[in-house]
Amino acid sequence: MDKKIKIKAKHVDFFYGKSQALKNINMDIFDCDVTAIIGPSGCGKSTFIRLLNRMHELVPHTNVTGEVLLDGQNIFCCSMDAVEVRKRVGMVFQKPNPFPKSIFDNISYGLKVNGIKDKYFIEEKVERSLRKAALWEEVKDRLYDSALRLSGGQQQRLCIARTLAVESETILFDEPCASLDPISTAKIEELILELKKDYTIVIVTHNMQQAARVSDYTAFFLMGELIEFGKTQEIFTAPKDSKTEAYITGRFG
Amino acid sequence: MHPRIKEKIYKWIFTVFAFSSLVFLLGIIIVLFKEGLPIFQKVSFSKFIFGKTWYPTYDPPEFGILPLILASVWVTVGAIFICVPLGVGSALYLHEIAGYKQRAILKPLIELLASIPSVVYGFFGMMILTPFLQNIFNLPTGLTALNASIILGIMATPTVCSLADDALNYVPKAFREASFAVGANRWQTLTKVVIPAAGSGISTAIILGMSRAIGETMTVLMVAGGASAIPKSFFQPVRPMTAAIAAEMGEAPMGGDHYHALFAIALVLFLITFVFNIIAEIISRRYRIKLGLSG
Repeated sequence: MDKKIKIKAKHVDFFYGKSQALKNINMDIFDCDVTAIIGPSGCGKSTFIRLLNRMHELVPHTNVTGEVLLDGQNIFCCSMDAVEVRKRVGMVFQKPNPFPKSIFDNISYGLKVNGIKDKYFIEEKVERSLRKAALWEEVKDRLYDSALRLSGGQQQRLCIARTLAVESETILFDEPCASLDPISTAKIEELILELKKDYTIVIVTHNMQQAARVSDYTAFFLMGELIEFGKTQEIFTAPKDSKTEAYITGRFG
Repeated sequence: MHPRIKEKIYKWIFTVFAFSSLVFLLGIIIVLFKEGLPIFQKVSFSKFIFGKTWYPTYDPPEFGILPLILASVWVTVGAIFICVPLGVGSALYLHEIAGYKQRAILKPLIELLASIPSVVYGFFGMMILTPFLQNIFNLPTGLTALNASIILGIMATPTVCSLADDALNYVPKAFREASFAVGANRWQTLTKVVIPAAGSGISTAIILGMSRAIGETMTVLMVAGGASAIPKSFFQPVRPMTAAIAAEMGEAPMGGDHYHALFAIALVLFLITFVFNIIAEIISRRYRIKLGLSG
């Protein structure tokens, strides 16, 4: 394979206190592809993507060993700053979480905390991010309204725009459609397919059809282990592991 | 007994309990009005509120409570300068910096401050703070507005801290995650997301702390000095409304003008704290709506 590897997990173990949530995960995430992570609840898939941008550090008593290489650099290495990692690897959460601020302020927040003061630049960036997130047409006349007045699907696209504004190269989606209706879900999926032209995307999902629709690669997690990883088409048509087959045919999970 | 009848009886018992506090409140309001209003047949309302001299036992007596109102305002404002930094500061520490173990010890300890009887605070103020202030500022007496402010500030700190900490905890975790996810650091997250989101909750905490300070009686009676002149500096003795009522009620002949005037002061005090509480309630309700919590 001659694809560029964006993120490489090497021998990753993860602990909540004394209980082990991830066991020896080795996995490659390719540049400008969509990688889906599937598996039953509690299998460690959310835990896994949260440590890809060090969000696990917000939870006390967690411990991670092994390496996660972002463009070849270990993100847990002492010379890497969590703030820097999170700028490069953005995250969209399960429940849309806009700040209780205006639409404009939601997007510009990431720019401002990163020290950008140029008003002109910020305005332009807000518009471009909203356009990329396919939200501009719906909100351009009310940029200064509260973001909380948007619908759930719009809020989720706003959160995507917020991530795009800080120029992340990789975007992690943690079950982004779990609280959305089918139409909003379709819009988000469409957007993911559009975004993968420029971004590396990792998406955790409970919905296997969604994984099949949007992803190029799929990883199947079970009880903290990576059972199978490969091209989405192969995973869904000819899984090598019997546990993967059992899961995708709906025998458990 | 039939279960449905039983259920009805329970329902009634608890309804009576719930409404009894309303009855007490109404009773107190009625008494305040009934005993307070007669004074306004002797002095006009504006003369009562804005009158600059309070000589209830002179002949003829003067019932101007402006010095008392101003004394209450002064010590309350002074207390704010103490309890806001202490209370909000410790809430921020508890919320942001303290670990689980520290928090488990510190929060109950701070709340324990609230359970110390006010007479003990007053005693502390008289015995320790009074000579101390007298010495360092070289005052004729240490029983001053400043002394009362400091003690009231310490007394209101647990209220402010506890409520401000609750307000910070009400801020959904998702806001913090969102902020960290775009590369903000802890300080930025705290000042730009968490504190603004908790802002009105913190203001509520401060208002309720003020409400506690302005209504406090025993402490100010012991340490404020008791001079019923219009305060000009924090280093003077003052007589806040509560202290006036507590000190004079015993000597005021029942049913006399002085007696009615004291009730009228209580009425004014009640209206002030009532307004404080309403404002706090309105702010906190708006805040819960703003954060998308139930109203």
